[in-house]
This record gives sequence, C-alpha cells and structure tokens, in this order.
Amino acid sequence: MRELELLIIGSGPAGLCAAISAAASGARVLILERSFAPGGQLIKQTHMFFGSERQYASHRGVDIAGILLKKLEEYGDRVELMCNATAVGFYEDNVVTVLKDEKEYFKIKAKSVICATGAYEKSLAFPNNDLPGIYGAGAVQTLMNVYGVKPGDRVLMVGAGNIGVIVSYQLLQAGVEVAAVLDAAPKIGAYLVHASKLARMGAPILCSHTVKEAIGTDCLEAAVVCRVDERFQPVPGTEQRFDVDVMCISVGLSPLNELLAMRGVEMKYVPQLSGSVPLRTENCETCIPGIYVAGDASGIEEASSAMAEGYLAGLCAAAALGHVPEDYEARRQEYLRQLEGLRSGPVGERIRAGMKLSAL
Amino acid sequence: MDENTIICRCSDVSLKEIRELIAQGYVTYDEIKRLTRIGMGPCQGKTCGQLVLREIANATGRSMSELQFHNIRPPVVGVKLHLIAEEAERNEE
Repeated sequence: MRELELLIIGSGPAGLCAAISAAASGARVLILERSFAPGGQLIKQTHMFFGSERQYASHRGVDIAGILLKKLEEYGDRVELMCNATAVGFYEDNVVTVLKDEKEYFKIKAKSVICATGAYEKSLAFPNNDLPGIYGAGAVQTLMNVYGVKPGDRVLMVGAGNIGVIVSYQLLQAGVEVAAVLDAAPKIGAYLVHASKLARMGAPILCSHTVKEAIGTDCLEAAVVCRVDERFQPVPGTEQRFDVDVMCISVGLSPLNELLAMRGVEMKYVPQLSGSVPLRTENCETCIPGIYVAGDASGIEEASSAMAEGYLAGLCAAAALGHVPEDYEARRQEYLRQLEGLRSGPVGERIRAGMKLSAL
Repeated sequence: MDENTIICRCSDVSLKEIRELIAQGYVTYDEIKRLTRIGMGPCQGKTCGQLVLREIANATGRSMSELQFHNIRPPVVGVKLHLIAEEAERNEE
C-alpha cells in the first residue's frame, strides 16, 4: 500500500490552491481528481469572474484553472496529480480507497487529508420530473462547455441564481432559445450583472414562479409553470405552458462530503451552508486532527472563497506535518482576512451565520 | 399526480409512495430506505436525500436539522467485486 504525506481529494479551485499552498511550504502532495481533467467546475466557466484581484477577478474561470495548474508545475515532483481517480472510501486509519479508470482499485494511506470534493446539484420534485430532457443546469453546462454538445433547441431554466442565469446566457450563446427563467423567490438571486445580460438578450425572468409539471411521452415536450404566493404555494389560474425540449433545474447545490461523514468526522445540517457540513476550526481542520476540508464541501459559497480556503487549508495541513514556512502566521492571517472580506456585507450574512454554526 | 413525481431516480420511487409510508408512521429516512431501497442506488441518496427529509419535516413538524440521513458507508460509487478481491489478495502477499 502506498503511503504518503498529504492527500488532496479534488482538483477544483479549493484543491488546486491547497496543493499550491502545501507544496510551497515543502509538503509532498498527491491530488486525486475523478474527472479526466483537473480544474473541477472552473473548466466549464466561460464567463469572467469578479470580486477580488487576489482570487483572479476579471479572468474567465477556465483560464483560472490554467493559471493555478501552471503555478503547481513550479513545485515539480513534489506534486502528483492523478486524474480519472475517484476516492471511493475513507477509513479510520486514514486509508483511502481509489478507483482509477474504472479498472484499478487500490489503497492509499495518508498522514493528512484535505477533502476538497465540492458540491452536487439539488433536485426538484414535480410530476414527470424523470422525463429525458430534464437536466441539472450544471450538467447542461458540462455538456455544452466541456463536451461541445448542444442539449436541445428551446430551454426552460428553473432557478434564477447565479448558475441558472449564467448557464441560460451560455445556452443563448450556443444558439439555444431560452423560453423563460423561473424562480420561486420574489427576487432574482443572481448578481445583477449576469441577470441584466440575460434580460438584454430578451429572455424573460419570472420571479415567484415554479414548475407545476413536465409534459411528454418519451421525452420532454412542454412544461407548465405557475405563480406562487409568499408561502411558495401555487396560485390557481396562473398556469402558463412553454413548449420546450430541455428543462434545467438550478435550485441550488449541496456540499459533497460523504467521505468525511464515513471517516467519522462530526457533521451537522446547516441550512445557511446548504446541507450537512463538517464542523471545523478556523484553519479548516475537522474534529479529527490532520483531516481538513476546503471549498464547497464545507458549505456552498463561491470559487473565490474556495480558493482562499484552499490556500489556508494547504498552509495549515503542511505546517502540522512539520513544513512551517517562516511567514506562516502572516500568511495564515492574510488568508483569514481574505475570507472575512469575501464574507463581509449583507451578501455574506448567511455564510457568516452558517460558519458560526459549523465552527469547532 | 404524486405517482408521477419521482423522488428516487435510482430505484424509481414516487412521491406518492413516500407520502403513503410517512402516513403509515415511517418517519425516518432509514425506515423508508429499508422499505423502498431509496439511497441504495448509484447516487447513494444524493438525489432523494433532501427531498425525503423535507417530506418528513413537513409531515411531522420537525426541522430538517433534527432529522437524520442514513449512515454513509464506502464505496461512494460502484466498484466491481473482482477489483476489490484483487486488491485484498495483493495486500495479503
């Protein structure tokens, strides 16, 4: 069985930054990535990010992945990246089982582990929700931007948060008609910049609306939507029918952290962080020493905070393994400051409340 | 219409079935799992988990944070048995 110093599970923004940070301190790192290419969700983000310069604002997500991977190359053979490799089990003695290329299965034992496994899309219950043509919005984004496959001709987007609105815009760019974007909430959840881009293209955004049912025999042919009241109950007589062959569900993400749960890390359901999350210290360490979490796996936020958390977790995990850089405390404070900045103001209120509930 | 609303795509379990079980007093995820196989398919409960817990919360008046999801066990995706057996043999050598 292979034994190693630091294992990072996931090569999205959190995992890549954790690897850069830990390798910069001198740690030897193995990164597991279940997809065929590193970068996580960054590789399908064709829009420019905004926010802080430290988190590569005004770059396209796909380019940020390239920047981070290039940085990682500086550390040479201290860092190994294994793609098509899924961590399938995480056991008490810090043994992680790996399924590689779906035909190799082996064990790895790591002194320290950073879980940067990201998130998964929430589903929605409505009649005929299993018809072919009904996708998660993230799945459609993968189809289009990673595989170059156009999902259909006319789409109904359910959810006007950032993902729903950004994917709608990218669907328009790909030549797919957007019949409407719905959201059950009375206000658009997405940043105004993204929502106005969509509105300028003529796609209607219907707030206080939900999908009532999907219609079709072998695949999706139409969808009936209706208005909802302030208690999110359907208002009779407000039904509208849209003839669409694609419906995208974009009703939020949940933290993907089942590996930590099976390892025995203490977990808690925190609605502000969109699901069950591990309790963790300010340094991203869970209740089990040497096991860290970073990015969406510890609560749904954005790529910018995932990167800052990754840098912090990588720094702290490496330090605990004996790789303490001279400027350790200054860097630690700097990442904490960045996170505080990203979570400040009214937008970060939910996250701040969630962080309090999941603090160790 | 509840019979056409699919809560568990892996094992094709409808909202109607879930609601009937809750009405019969099966108000934990684990009990419903044992009766219907929800959470035991390829997604391991990632599709149905929060939907079922929400139904239980609505029916019992309890909050989502009070409710328990199932115990999470390896592996998180399907692994062919011969691969596991081969790795076990290698570790014996």
